[in-house]
Amino acid sequence: MVMEPILEVRDLHTSFLTSNGEVQAVRGVSFDVEKGKTLGIVGESGSGKSVTSLSILQLLGVTGKVTAGSIRLGGEELTTKSRKEMRAIRGERIAMIFQDPMTSLNPLIPLGDQVGEMLWEHHRKMSKEERREKVLELFRMVRIPEPEKRMKSYPHEFSGGMRQRVMIAMALACRPDLLIADEPTTALDVSIQDQILKLMRSLQKEMGMSIMFITHDLGVVAELCDRVAVMYGGLIMEEADIIDIFQRPMHPYTLGLMASIPDMNQDKGKLLQPIPGSPPDMIHPPKGCPFAPRCPYAMRICTEEMPPCVATGETRRSMCWLLDPEAPAEGNPLKQRKEGIA
Amino acid sequence: MSEINLKEPLLQVQNLVQHFPISRSFTVKAVNGVSFYIRPGETYGLVGESGSGKTTIGRSVIRLYNPTGGQMLFQGQDITGKLDGKTREMLRKDMQMIFQDPMASLNPRKKVEDIIGEGLEIHHIGASKQERQALIGDMLKKVGLSPEHAARYPHQFSGGQRQRVGIARALIMNPKLIIADECISALDVSIQAQVVNLMRDIQEETHCAYLFIAHDLSMVKYISDRIGVLHLGYMVESGTKEEIFSNPVHPYTKSLLSAIPHPNPEVEKRRKAITYDYASSGLDYAAGTEHNVGGTHTVLGTDEDIRRWQKQ
Repeated sequence: MVMEPILEVRDLHTSFLTSNGEVQAVRGVSFDVEKGKTLGIVGESGSGKSVTSLSILQLLGVTGKVTAGSIRLGGEELTTKSRKEMRAIRGERIAMIFQDPMTSLNPLIPLGDQVGEMLWEHHRKMSKEERREKVLELFRMVRIPEPEKRMKSYPHEFSGGMRQRVMIAMALACRPDLLIADEPTTALDVSIQDQILKLMRSLQKEMGMSIMFITHDLGVVAELCDRVAVMYGGLIMEEADIIDIFQRPMHPYTLGLMASIPDMNQDKGKLLQPIPGSPPDMIHPPKGCPFAPRCPYAMRICTEEMPPCVATGETRRSMCWLLDPEAPAEGNPLKQRKEGIA
Repeated sequence: MSEINLKEPLLQVQNLVQHFPISRSFTVKAVNGVSFYIRPGETYGLVGESGSGKTTIGRSVIRLYNPTGGQMLFQGQDITGKLDGKTREMLRKDMQMIFQDPMASLNPRKKVEDIIGEGLEIHHIGASKQERQALIGDMLKKVGLSPEHAARYPHQFSGGQRQRVGIARALIMNPKLIIADECISALDVSIQAQVVNLMRDIQEETHCAYLFIAHDLSMVKYISDRIGVLHLGYMVESGTKEEIFSNPVHPYTKSLLSAIPHPNPEVEKRRKAITYDYASSGLDYAAGTEHNVGGTHTVLGTDEDIRRWQKQ
């Protein structure tokens, strides 16, 4: 089953220049987002997941820079595009929704006008009436009740969930090929989160767009994504199909993440196993595997050399020395798993 | 178990009402008659969506607000109304709070030792500076930091470490009750487990009680003995975690539990969310009374509601 990827990222490096030195936020990330599919990017703060998405849109500010690698949207290279060309792509072909809908909306402009601005920006020829009709249609599409009335409301008159619906309407105004969602439900309650995720899934089916979903919540990933990339220290540690990664995680960091969330079905007994230590300093990233200082299985080579990225199945890969043919089999959680697959 | 049951509750909250008058014609009714109790050494979890009043309850209990109505007894003493000096001192010593945002709740211009030691100084605990410093060093070790960290400032720590400083500040007074208001929400998943396990270990050692306020139901289930579910300022359901999670009665609790995504794609596919909307449900929380439905499990509703829900 070879699917056509809408977005291909190859060996992406992004750095920020600060007064303390160069922060290497992303250090060689490669992945594809397939047409009509959802890729989840999981990681803790500082893992480089948000910077990856901002690099795609070239929204890095003055201090940030893509230092190497390529980003191709439908075969077209984005890293060499001018600012003007990027403006035409943002919103039209790649749209983004952010974590906090309150800070992403202008408090002084009615919501209908803010959604309409997106259309005006990309379709200048559209008449005022046409635009109004289109905004109304978008409000209906994201299931905002009484759209005629609510179009004239201001952000503060909306609840968090409703505001996020407006953000989605705005993002989908030009029917983008790719929607990047950066923790869109983190600020919301579980019941509202559930509604928003369901809405995103049904809109994706309707419009056939691809979604890149950035989150730290594995439950949300299980609900929405087809594939998952687990990021740590600016690198993708493991990438696999959704069922595979939950059934047979093939990286100590993924294993650690899963052991540190409480299992709702388990009543008592099982203690949470936190990952000791804290994430690496990205100004002086470790020479070897960034997870080695916190990894319970770390060997000497882990701190000295970067592990290679190896295939752990037909559609999955991991970056870990434990998968090396020379790694000891005893007490090695990944080797036993790998044999379990074969 | 039976021994704990016989003990007097550490904190008893009866019909707590907390209203905030905004203008002559408009009052925010944040909490409308909530009752619960916490026994010594136990963890009581408060869950609910934003705006349900869970944070307000925590702040009213520790008297950051003046309650509009109701009664609160802490270690048998009334802590509502105007406090006399003795009660205030007892309250400030024996009840402590850990806040949500560890960056915002630590003074950036103070060293960690001064942040942790402030309570000791105010309450004249420890005879000399050396003695106080020794206490602070021990406390830092207990929360998983090292005594050398005492001379550093909050910005020199990571989020998880800062929350440990917040916990150390609460613990140094040797409190009987700690109010933890969303104390892990701002932390990363792998760090959350570190902090929660630390809180558990400390509870085993010092037998302090926790009022654990959170919206993350799976964490609340993990750490709490009993849970109260809040909605719109009313306690709609309360009971042990087994009672709440395996036999939810109130439609709001059911909908809340059904909305949690499960970190296993196969289970997740089978999950069915139950929707609940107060406005269209025809319920009136103000008309309901607390009904016991077995054990310590109580549900808010009219007689008829309870009968109907239990049939389902």
